[in-house]
Amino acid sequence: MSTILLIEQILNGLQFGVMLFLMAAGLTLIFGVMGLINLAHGSLFMIGAFVAAAGAAATGSFVLGLIAALMAAALFGALIELTVIRRLYARDHLDQVLATFALILIFSEATRWVFGSFPLYLDTPEFLSGTVTLPGGILYSKYRLAIILIGLAVAAGLFLLISKTRVGMRIRAGENDREMIGALGVDISILYTMVFALGAALAGLSGALVGAIQSVEVGMGEPVLILAFVVIVIGGIGSIKGALAGAVLVGLTDTLGRSLLPLLFALFMDPSAATSVGSALASMLIYILMAGVLLFKPTGLFGSA
Amino acid sequence: MTFGTAALSDAHGGKVKIGLITTLTGGGASLGVDTRDGFMLAIDQAGNDMVEVIVEDDERAPDVAVQVADKMIQSDKVDILTGIVWSNLALAVAPAANAQGKFYVSTNAAPAQLAGKGCNQDYFAVSYQNDNLHEAAGAHAKASNYSKPFILAPNYPAGQDSLTGFKRLYGGELAGELYTKLGQTDYAAEIAQIRASEADSIFFFLPGGMGISFLKQLADSGIELPVIGPAFSFDQTILPAVGDSALGVHNTSQWNKDIDNEANKKFVEGFEDAYGRLPSLYAAQAYDTANLILSAVEKAGIADHDAFRAALKEADFASVRGKFSFGNNNHPIQDIYVREVIKEGDVYTNKIISTVLTDHQDVYAAECGLSN
Repeated sequence: MSTILLIEQILNGLQFGVMLFLMAAGLTLIFGVMGLINLAHGSLFMIGAFVAAAGAAATGSFVLGLIAALMAAALFGALIELTVIRRLYARDHLDQVLATFALILIFSEATRWVFGSFPLYLDTPEFLSGTVTLPGGILYSKYRLAIILIGLAVAAGLFLLISKTRVGMRIRAGENDREMIGALGVDISILYTMVFALGAALAGLSGALVGAIQSVEVGMGEPVLILAFVVIVIGGIGSIKGALAGAVLVGLTDTLGRSLLPLLFALFMDPSAATSVGSALASMLIYILMAGVLLFKPTGLFGSA
Repeated sequence: MTFGTAALSDAHGGKVKIGLITTLTGGGASLGVDTRDGFMLAIDQAGNDMVEVIVEDDERAPDVAVQVADKMIQSDKVDILTGIVWSNLALAVAPAANAQGKFYVSTNAAPAQLAGKGCNQDYFAVSYQNDNLHEAAGAHAKASNYSKPFILAPNYPAGQDSLTGFKRLYGGELAGELYTKLGQTDYAAEIAQIRASEADSIFFFLPGGMGISFLKQLADSGIELPVIGPAFSFDQTILPAVGDSALGVHNTSQWNKDIDNEANKKFVEGFEDAYGRLPSLYAAQAYDTANLILSAVEKAGIADHDAFRAALKEADFASVRGKFSFGNNNHPIQDIYVREVIKEGDVYTNKIISTVLTDHQDVYAAECGLSN
């Protein structure tokens, strides 16, 4: 494998990782602060993609579609927090899993009811279409590069929000002791709604960005949700830093595994069998990674006990 | 949900009861919706009060499909099952239905296991045998003098059959061969490999949303190689979502809306009138399946199982494909075409550009113990 191809694959892994981070950040924040397992996070990803597609089709502008997607996902996030989720904080995780799983079914069928059974169309915006030549003669998709930059900017913003602002301080405090910050006069229910809406907006952003290069269809959120859970388990539950590290690690492992393992097996097997065995192993790789990390750090890379 | 032209007082009364199991919710529902709509169009057009259809959803899950099939056989007392889109679901349902003395007539899925040694006299595939369209793509690659195609498919039984089918009739050297994860949505790594492989063409089998994602990302990568695929990734159910990225792509199919015959005209116009959209391959196959069953109903009573089977095997119906007949293993012998993705006004669709295989039958027929 040439150096150029390797660098391109590393960029691909980074882009995949950054996209996973946007999903995992909201999931880990909601779990960390509120102790809630939200299986419906993937539905918010789907809502982001559908609203972006519908918005872009209606206005002719990708950027307007993106803004609409962010707002819709945040709005739906706040709405389900107010109507459903807040009844679940005191319940155990099993009840939360059951209720948020029901939300997945409701959102999927509602989306089908509104948009129909057929996939929607969302294309990359004109100014981000095609490729750009990076130093060293690497041809790379402008759009994927933009996803990497947006993701890194969001990561930096989130980090500043949590570590430097008053809201961030309250979020961190809420993570540690929710009764105490309530006693100190912070309105916990508003804080929780805000955190939930923020997490939802991140999922919606991720869905809208990815919708332009993927199929926008009902059920698109579930595979990503599973990966996002793997990411937060690897990174340590409740940690934004962990989510970023875990996401990049999963992105790189998956992408490089898919491209390198079949080549590795081809060294000592016939090509057809090597693709088959290599691909099978590549699809297991991130779970092997997760098991490996948990073996040495049971609470994840940045998790606290 | 019960559609039908007849009100039934008791279980049979000579009427034929059909259980249509297909995917109506979740991922892949567009294929099931088209299957149902195509099937019901034929039933409605026939206005035959000897036929009743029950429709249920399999949610694309084998266990659900098995449950629904059991319920239809045990309590609804259906005579014929049909409608399943996915091979893994068909494998879970069809042999069991046959074992209980019911007919299974497939509108789409036709896995190799049921075409060769595992063939059954009560199992009919109206669509094709799974390998057929991939074989045709291989033959087309050969005829187009491509010398280094890069081929990829998801790593599951139908994906493996696909690449095997392509290689069977292509026969030449490959630039690369890849299996992707089933349900994968990001193909950046694979596309980078295609770019580096110096391939002169690409063959891929990625059904549903996987194909949409791949094509959009391929277009975005700046790779401009000829692309060949089976009809599944360029079907009417998904072309609007792929958009310009699909234009000019060659794909193989046993049906298209521009095939010039009476039955096809009646089907395409009827479908557009009834549902306000263009029909897909899945709708066409389901329409043919319904008409095949109707043709058997005209000839034989369902109570006489052997006579009904013989009537099915005759395939004495006007297929939207034109000529159609069953081989010894109850799978079609038919022509397969190459289509090109075009834009008609604002609508993305296909037109036939050549016939790649004539009177084509599957390779498994020889292993099947049934005779004509």
